[in-house]
Order: sequence, then structure tokens, then C-alpha cells
Amino acid sequence: MDGLDDLYKDIILDHYRSPRNRGELPVPPAMSAEGFNPLCGDQVTVYVTLDGDTISDIKITGTGCSISQASSSLMSAAVKGKTTSFAYDRLAVFKRLMTIDDTPGEPVNVRELGEMAALQGVVQFPARIKCAILAWNTLDQVLSTHASPQ
Amino acid sequence: MSGDFSSLRSDIPQLTREVHGRRLVYLDSAATSLTPRSVIEAMDQYYERHHSNVHRAVYLTAEEATAAFEGARADIASFISAPGGAEEVVFTHGTTESFNLIAHGWGARHLGPDSAIVLTEMEHHANLVPWFQLRERLGFEIRFLTVTDDFRLDLSNLDELLHGASLISFTGISNVLGTVNPVAEIAKRAHAVGVRVVVDGAQLVAHHPVDVEALGIDAICFGAHKMMGPTGIGAVWAKRDMWAEMDPFMGGGAMIADVSLDGYVPAPDNRRFEAGTPPIAEAVGFAAAIRYLRGWDMAALQAHEDTLTAEALRRLADVAPGRLRIIGPPTLDQRAGVISLDLDGVHPHDIAQVLDQHGVCVRPGHHCAKPLMKRFGLSATVRVSFGPYNTSSDIDVLIDALTAADAMFR
Repeated sequence: MDGLDDLYKDIILDHYRSPRNRGELPVPPAMSAEGFNPLCGDQVTVYVTLDGDTISDIKITGTGCSISQASSSLMSAAVKGKTTSFAYDRLAVFKRLMTIDDTPGEPVNVRELGEMAALQGVVQFPARIKCAILAWNTLDQVLSTHASPQ
Repeated sequence: MSGDFSSLRSDIPQLTREVHGRRLVYLDSAATSLTPRSVIEAMDQYYERHHSNVHRAVYLTAEEATAAFEGARADIASFISAPGGAEEVVFTHGTTESFNLIAHGWGARHLGPDSAIVLTEMEHHANLVPWFQLRERLGFEIRFLTVTDDFRLDLSNLDELLHGASLISFTGISNVLGTVNPVAEIAKRAHAVGVRVVVDGAQLVAHHPVDVEALGIDAICFGAHKMMGPTGIGAVWAKRDMWAEMDPFMGGGAMIADVSLDGYVPAPDNRRFEAGTPPIAEAVGFAAAIRYLRGWDMAALQAHEDTLTAEALRRLADVAPGRLRIIGPPTLDQRAGVISLDLDGVHPHDIAQVLDQHGVCVRPGHHCAKPLMKRFGLSATVRVSFGPYNTSSDIDVLIDALTAADAMFR
């Protein structure tokens, strides 16, 4: 079952069973946003503390399938301690990896994605792409709320 | 249990295909059923020889098409023992449109700020949303029968809820729990206080013999594709006096007696509920599906599915003991072949994904019954559902695949 092994790589199952940066942060000073997949009921809440332009802390809660939860965990590990522009860059790369953004350009350099590259197999299962992208879209929501304060 | 159903499988072309190098094990009949060759051939034959628009034409093929279309209506009426025959059957595009027709056709005339209807917590969205939409316009009250911890409708306050209501609409078989509801009993208690009775027959008509007169109901909604027919066609049966209380819901061609620039006069008969060119080939396929089901005998098919359901319930108890929960009645008592599963620690989408690689088609999700999911604190289940073509060896594959899924994520 090659396809299944591509989808459920050990890294993904590890992040699903032992999610990183699990939990909540007090809002404020942290900011948060909630994301849903209305069709399958997956839900994540992303909490971010910014120190200037740096994501000094990130925590995630939620329920959902292994792909949505592992993707949340991988994302949190990838952006914690990094700048917001780094996070946006990773979001853009991830969307291209998931073929959500298919504008022509440089091919995705899978190496620079680190462990997140484990989610590459998801593109073979189109129904699951929305699971993988949920946490990233929610992070985007948190950061863009900050960028344009009401 | 009667009959040998193994030869039935050879009537279903799709069962000969492989998926991911495995035999296709189709366990999603509650979503849609597989199609027998005779149904496909009937529709092909229609398009190859008889295709014409129905009604009003005078040439031979149009007369043939009309006869086939109206014949299908009569076959449907006979299949559910409609006391008033074909005139009581109106074609729709499916169960969902059937509910919209009743909600807007009957509800718009009878409901207002001082009225109430009764629904249940176990309904499919098709029997909730049309009423919610109408309530936004008319402001009537919607009361709900709740579901007990053992997955039954709680009828303890039924009389109270029916008091002052004008209609109750509920499912015959839950598409999530497999619960078979006491339709005749609810209908009797509703009629005792003058409340109209509408039944969601999407699962019931597909899997049990149905006699609408014996059930004592006023209307039933169902669709062909869950009963081995094609997608895109369904029906409403309603008693003649209930149709008389309904207004057309869609306007257009075919549903009129007269049209001028001043307005229109609807057709005097039930044609007023069928605007536009109907799904003719699908009606032909619907009739072929009914012939197919009757050929095997509905009672025998139900017995076969009951046997499979009992076996599945028994064997599922040995999978991941203590962690695999059946969200529905645990035994065959008043239950049908729809089995929802919750495996502690493993998400339904992941289970379904692994099952797919074993060739097993099941459905993860909320099954268009979100209030029911909420009632049991779930966002989704894995749903296994049987059709006449399933066998004990399908359950073997299911059990193996579930065991593999559990091992993968545990």
C-alpha cells in the first residue's frame, strides 16, 4: 500500500500522537483565531504571541484527523521563534506544495521545508488537502488580524 | 432468511472492478446504492429508441416515452401500496426536493406565527433546512422530539409536542444510527390530534417493504438512487386529500392549465407539482430498479440485510474492544443495516482512508445530521451500510481493514 505509506509517514504519525506546542495562551497578550473544516468537522485554534515581528510563542488546540492535527503540530514547530515574514514565506511554499497555489514559478524546494515535507504525500489524496492546510490558513488569519488592527 | 443472494452480485457491473488492486467492497449504500445492469440497460434502451419529450406530442416515440414515464409512476405507487394509485405520486429530483415540495407546497399555506410543527433530533438536513428556511419567512414554531441515550426517539413527550401542532415530519430509518422508528405508532398518535404525518423514506423505502396505508401516514419522500435506481429522480407520495392542501412550489412549463399575460392557472391534477421537462430516462430507470427489487422480493432482501447486520454487530464487538463504540442500537431489535462507528483515538477520516486502500468504501463524516452528531458529542463517525449485494465476506474484509486502521493510529 504505497499510497497509504506516502500519506501516513512516520513523522506525521509521530506528530499526531505527540503533538508539539499543544495548548492555549492567554489572550491578550496573545492573539488567536479559530479555523474549521465545515465538511468534516475538523477544528483548530491557533494562539500566537508576537515579540516585535517574531513569533515568540505559538500554541494550538483542536480536534480532527491525523493530517490536520499533524500539520498543526509541524507548522507550530516550523514557525516558533521565527519572524512573521518567514511564516508567510512558509505558508506560500506550503500552498504550492499542496498545489493550492499553482501559479508558475520556481518548483518547491522540498528540502527547505524540513519535517513539513512529510506532508507532500497528501497531494495524492485531494480530499485531504483541506485537512493539511487548515492550521496554515488559521495562522494566516491570526497574523493578518494583527497586521490590520480594528 | 431466505434465498441465495450470491447470484445477485453478478447483476451489478461495478462489483467486478478493483480499487487499489483489491476487490471492491461497497459498504456505503446509505449514501447511494450500486446499480444493476437491468437499470442501466433500461435507460440505455430509452435513449437509443424512445427518447422524446413526454406529454402533448402525437408521434409514436413520444407516446412511448409518455407511456414509460407514466408507467414508472404507476410502478412506484404500486411498490408502496399507494391507495389512490399513480395520481398520488409526484416526481421530484430526489428526497431533498421532495421535502422542499412539502415544506413550501403545504407549509407555506398552513403555517404562520401561531402554528407549530414537530421534527426530531435525528433528522437528515433535508428534513430540517427546508423547514428552517420556511420558518424564516413565516415565523412558526418548530418542536423537536429528542433521542434517548439508547438511540431511540424519546416518545415520552410526543403527545405534548403534538398538541397544537399541524404537522410532524420524521425519518423512518435513521441514516446515521440505523434506528427503525415506530412510524405507525407515531402516525396514529399524531392523527388522533389532527396532525399531518410526513415520513423521510430515503432509507425505509430502499430497505424495507413499505405499505403507506398500513403505516397510516399522509406523505413519504424518497429517492431512486438509494434503491438501486439512478440519481436525479425521487418522488413524493401523499394522500389525495393532502395534495389538495398543497400549492405548486415551482412554476414553469407542464404544470399549467392556462397562461396569459395576466397570469396563470395551475393544472387541476398533480401535474401542477411537476414543472418543466421531467427526468424521463431516470423515471424509466427508477421503474427498472423497482422491478429488480420486486424480482428479489423486498421482504427477502430485508431479511438478507438483517442477517448481515446482526453478523456485523456481533463481529464488530471483537474489534478494538472497549474502544470501538457502535453509535446506534447494539442489536437487530428495531434497527437496520446502517452502522455508525466511533473508534477512540482514531479520526473517522483516517479510518476511511485506510479502509479505501483495502478496497472498502465507507463514509466518514456527519452524514448530513449535524444536530444528531452534537447530541452524542461527536463531530463525525465512520458509517458502514449494507445493500442487497453485500455478503459475509464483505464483513471479513471490513473487520480486517478496521483492525489494520486501528493498529496504524493507536
